[in-house]
Amino acid sequence: MLATWRSRRFEDLTAGYIFLAPAVLILAVFVFYPILFTLFISFRQWSPAAAVPALEAPFVGLENYANLLIEPGLDRSNFYRAVKNNLYYVLGVVPIQTFLALLLAVIVNQKLLRGRTFFRTAFYFPSITSSAAISLIFLFMYQSNGLINQFLDAIIPGYTPFNWIADPRIGATGLFHLILGAFGIDIRTAGDWATTNVLGLTLWDWLSGPSVALTAIMLLNIWTTLGTLMLIYLAALQDIPGFVYEAAAIDGASQSDMFWKITVPLLRPTTLFVVTVGIIGTWQVFDQIYVMSAGGPRNTTLTLAFLIWTKLREFTTGEAAALAFILFGIIALFTLLQQRVTRERS
Amino acid sequence: MAVQPRAREAVPKTAIPGLQRPPWLDAVILILSYAVLISVALAMFVPFIYAISTSFKTLPEAVRPEIQFIPREFTTAAYERLLGGGFSLAAFNSILVAFFVLAGRLAFNSMAGYALARLRFTGRTLVFALVVASMFIPGVVLIVPRFLVLSQLNMLNSYPGMVIPIMTDAFGIFLMKQFFEGIPVELEEAAQIDGANRFQIFLRVILPLAGPALATLAIFAFQGAWNELLHYLVVTGTHPPRYTLTLWLAQLRGTGFQVDWPVIMAGSMLTTVPTALLFLLFQRYFIEGVSYAGLKG
Repeated sequence: MLATWRSRRFEDLTAGYIFLAPAVLILAVFVFYPILFTLFISFRQWSPAAAVPALEAPFVGLENYANLLIEPGLDRSNFYRAVKNNLYYVLGVVPIQTFLALLLAVIVNQKLLRGRTFFRTAFYFPSITSSAAISLIFLFMYQSNGLINQFLDAIIPGYTPFNWIADPRIGATGLFHLILGAFGIDIRTAGDWATTNVLGLTLWDWLSGPSVALTAIMLLNIWTTLGTLMLIYLAALQDIPGFVYEAAAIDGASQSDMFWKITVPLLRPTTLFVVTVGIIGTWQVFDQIYVMSAGGPRNTTLTLAFLIWTKLREFTTGEAAALAFILFGIIALFTLLQQRVTRERS
Repeated sequence: MAVQPRAREAVPKTAIPGLQRPPWLDAVILILSYAVLISVALAMFVPFIYAISTSFKTLPEAVRPEIQFIPREFTTAAYERLLGGGFSLAAFNSILVAFFVLAGRLAFNSMAGYALARLRFTGRTLVFALVVASMFIPGVVLIVPRFLVLSQLNMLNSYPGMVIPIMTDAFGIFLMKQFFEGIPVELEEAAQIDGANRFQIFLRVILPLAGPALATLAIFAFQGAWNELLHYLVVTGTHPPRYTLTLWLAQLRGTGFQVDWPVIMAGSMLTTVPTALLFLLFQRYFIEGVSYAGLKG
């Protein structure tokens, strides 16, 4: 009996290692080793184009990080520009897509509603298509001759079609600047504070809001993600047992009470998940930028992921590596902050 | 809303104010709901319809400032131009890469999932922790390291470089682990008593039961590999012979000073067809997969 037990243990051991080998090898070589190597490179001045092997590249300490974060210059202002754009992107997309997904899920989940399967299919469909194809379709719709401009031209009197993505003037203007402009406020009339330089950008520039081009890409992002998030909410809604509502009804709760005091609290773990996924995804936005705008017009759609890519192309590999770790840090920070806020509320 | 009284001593209806909605209000809410849902559904479909219609237009008609869903001059010229260009090679590359990624993920994820679910051996907890950790590493952070490692391994601009790094994924390993944990241990014990070893049990007892989980895994693997852009861009962004459809589409915008929108729309639609078909055929698995991710997350 003991012999069998021993041999089974041994069999489990060998089988375990053999079964895990391919997956572990791939993760080790293409995820963990690269991360460590990047950390190493972020403290060196090195590029794959250089004749020196990476291990012999000169150690530069925190210089790559300092160039991005502290030292005045183009690297720093590009970095903070990307941070600014990306921050507006995250703060715009995440709340809107989360709210709309919950709203749609609640509407679709109503007992009296027919055609639930159809709506579920319709809303989820964009999520399965390639980001490259969708980005090109939207790029076409945003052209001045495209569907969206022509539609707005038809329904809004006095609307002048313009290329939402590429127009160097309106496309590059921040939404907040546009709104302030409508009240006659611009950088010259705003006061002296506006021209104060903070980390390579003027205060006026920091408070621009997302540019029209970036907003257009944000709308595309919401459009593609909405269906997936709605499905997640819908699954969670259907997990709430009916007797909870019946009990509340007997206690005299109104419909809106039930929504705010039962549905929303019970959905909190789902919301946590949806917001976390949203934050991680939006900080990393790349495909849409790469296909549609390449960071333009006037750098207003430059995001951190796209900046990493640019630096990699320019062979400033050390800075690209440092930037990757900074982005990693930002994502971790935001995720933790968000989780803390959600936990405190419950 | 009709609620069946659950106990014989049913509470009189007047005592349930929450359910006392006048019927007209129900009707108004329902109509509003349909209005919202139908407009959102339209917003989801119109871009695709517009793209299809543009793909059958001539270039001058495509850029005319007007809203015209039915082409005045119906032509398949864009598709002919498309097939004459790099499309066919890119389609071949996409199919090839997606096939190997799919095969790899089916094999490696189910093997790893099984080992983590059922086998007891030293180091299991550590491996599991590493798999979990790899889920928290944002993909974009891997752009730089992947590029460096692939260049060290001489795998840039190659099929192996495009395929191998994405042949396994933490989500897939999780999915399989979760599924295998739900299979009764007695089945394996019975096979063990009959003298089967772990490999035989895995191949003959466990895998045949894993159909639905493997289907979900396969669908997500195919969709992921087919739609992937960034990873291929890192591996083979400057080497057109290895372009996948996504890479090939992405560079179309930059060629020539007059952008050929009908061709771009035709290419976008053809790229969408395989995943769309897969979705329409196996909707259940998609929906279950996404719901699973949400509930377990």
